[in-house]
Amino acid sequence: MRLGFSPEEEAFRAQAAAWLAAELDGPFADVRHITSLTASPRRRRDWEKRLGEAGWSCVGWPRAYGGRDATLAEQVIFAEEYARAGAPPRLNHIGIELAGPTILAFGTEEQKARFLPAIARGEKIWCQGYSEPGAGSDLANIRTRAWRDGDDWVIEGQKIWTSLAQFSDWIFVIARTGEGSNGPKGLSFLLIPVDQRGVTVRPIHQITGEAEFNETFFDGARTDAANILGAPGDGWKVAMGLLGFERGVSTLAQQMNFRNELDAVIAAARANGEAKNPLIRQRLAKAEIGLKIMRYGALRMLTDAESGRLNPAALTYKIQWASWRRDLGELAMDVLGVAGETVAGHDYAFPMLPNLFLYSRADTIYGGTNEIQRNIIAERALGLPREPRGDLK
Amino acid sequence: MDFAFTDEQAMIAETAHAFFAENATSPRTRTAMAATGKDAGIDRALWTAFCTELGLSGVGIPEAMGGAGLGMVERAILAEEGGRHTAALPFLASLGLAAPAILAGGSAEQRSRLLPGLASGERIASFAVASADGAAGAALGDGTLTGTALHVPHGAVADLFVVVATNGVAIVERGAPGLAVTPLTSMDQTRPYARLDFDSVAAEALADPRAATNAAFVTGWLAIAADALGGAQACLDRTVAYAQERVQFGRAIGSFQAYKHRLADMMVEIEQARSAVYWAACAIDEGSDEAMFAVHAAKAFACDTYSHCAGEMIQLHGGIGFTWEHDAHLFFKRARSNASLLGAPDWHREQVAGLAGLDRAA
Repeated sequence: MRLGFSPEEEAFRAQAAAWLAAELDGPFADVRHITSLTASPRRRRDWEKRLGEAGWSCVGWPRAYGGRDATLAEQVIFAEEYARAGAPPRLNHIGIELAGPTILAFGTEEQKARFLPAIARGEKIWCQGYSEPGAGSDLANIRTRAWRDGDDWVIEGQKIWTSLAQFSDWIFVIARTGEGSNGPKGLSFLLIPVDQRGVTVRPIHQITGEAEFNETFFDGARTDAANILGAPGDGWKVAMGLLGFERGVSTLAQQMNFRNELDAVIAAARANGEAKNPLIRQRLAKAEIGLKIMRYGALRMLTDAESGRLNPAALTYKIQWASWRRDLGELAMDVLGVAGETVAGHDYAFPMLPNLFLYSRADTIYGGTNEIQRNIIAERALGLPREPRGDLK
Repeated sequence: MDFAFTDEQAMIAETAHAFFAENATSPRTRTAMAATGKDAGIDRALWTAFCTELGLSGVGIPEAMGGAGLGMVERAILAEEGGRHTAALPFLASLGLAAPAILAGGSAEQRSRLLPGLASGERIASFAVASADGAAGAALGDGTLTGTALHVPHGAVADLFVVVATNGVAIVERGAPGLAVTPLTSMDQTRPYARLDFDSVAAEALADPRAATNAAFVTGWLAIAADALGGAQACLDRTVAYAQERVQFGRAIGSFQAYKHRLADMMVEIEQARSAVYWAACAIDEGSDEAMFAVHAAKAFACDTYSHCAGEMIQLHGGIGFTWEHDAHLFFKRARSNASLLGAPDWHREQVAGLAGLDRAA
């Protein structure tokens, strides 16, 4: 058992850090320290392209598709350095962390060659079409339909919570293609261009005042027959494989962002004297401890993953960080007091810490609510009986 | 990345797991709990077997002094497995507190004279912080000690004591004239306390008192954290088993969401406690700058986790969990003892706050 990274891995860290510092001190200084997910989309698209040119966009992907063949450890290290450098949120995070890995796992050679390099070069931005108004946690209950019409799929229906659809070129959708099927059967996983007449994107304003996500309507939208991942009817399997990616490596990168957020809370507490309040100090210490524990928990899971073991402890990770961050948001407001309640100017756009308080209420919902996570832990890790369902006989 | 047990560590864990599961049974533990005097709270046969058959009792003591060598990770593994069964053993007192103090603060002669007996289990030691009742504190002078030490873990069964006084750290033998050992009725009967009264009792100073005290605390905090981890895991495992067999309203109670969510929350905390304990153990072994931060974090987090899980164990068992007959109270009481002993979670978090510089001015 060993705590740190190897000298080779540390050399990789130094290389990544040097490149990031040069770019973010230089041509991309204007996007440094952006934390909003919707700010400066044009410049962040330029940034995606710059990352792609230099081979830093999708470091874990095979070189053949625009990646760098980085090991799991190197992927974590890059993500840490990315956040440490204050680089902006990835405009294409769905493409990089979800669409790409899923295409890599389930796509044909043609699909990989067509879609992956375009993501890695920062040319095509992706969003996801999973949830529907009637299918949130009960994801298999979706009603969006698709059927074959000559050389095309035709899509009819509605998706919701499609993050960053307003900036996206492509969307992946699970749609019902099996006539009369229900539940996880008869679903297909389709890749659909956003910029077409049959697709309408309508922003949804969220509690922060931003509109990161959208309702997306499909009204006779079309995509080429070849743009299906897996066989017709395999959609659930593909979609669940993808959720695995979402809960896996991609969440590890967040910790350095969390570090930045906690540092900001501590700085605020020192500045206004709240750090001398023992009740606040206890909570700050708790947050420090929680963050460190998450780091070593992640190292534990990654060590297992590198050697091909699947540790059920990994199932606890989403709930760990989501709850930790929600608590940090509340602590931030308790530190700021009433000063956190107002914002300069006329726009409803709060600075980092009050915004964290509002935004972190999404963490315990998206990607599977804390309640769904608890079911998963109880059933898959602890082997408890499944909750009886009302709709499946 | 290599943050997982080595093959050798995994083997030690497996061996210790099997040893405690087979031997540290509830009936044996309860016999030890009921015993008084020199056998209060100790399963002597188990301690002898642990020290001689398992060959791991001298963990952390160099092989040249009769120990098994190895480091903090291995010590944590043993403490965790003992904690999983609330084993009635003086592991914390003798090997988690006293031995590290002697190893770090004793002279070469003191180490080679005292440590082999502790490693072999022939003798048991404990660790005491002494003060003079209501006065300035117990003082060491002229080779004698006067004062009182309360709450000495497994004090009634110990053969010698490492005693922290205001001006030094000393070894006191059990039979020394002027020493009165009073067993205390303790909530956790698997690790009972004793009171020591020193009246000009012969005391042999350790060479480096500061090193002795630091080593005892750091190792003791880690051993308690690891014990808490093992105990919390046992609370979860036993409650999961109960949830699968107990039927109410025509269903196993483990199929109710209100029940399974609480078990899931226990697992979420336990996995974090596991990361904390092994991070701290590794950080100490590697001499990392983070070691003190890590050990305070582990003691605070793991003790909170154990208290929560032991409380949930009782609640989720319903009435049977409140009985003397069920083992739940053994865990509940050990969890409380772990939290109180050597600094409560709040105190450890204050140390973390200090180390992180949280209240330094902007």
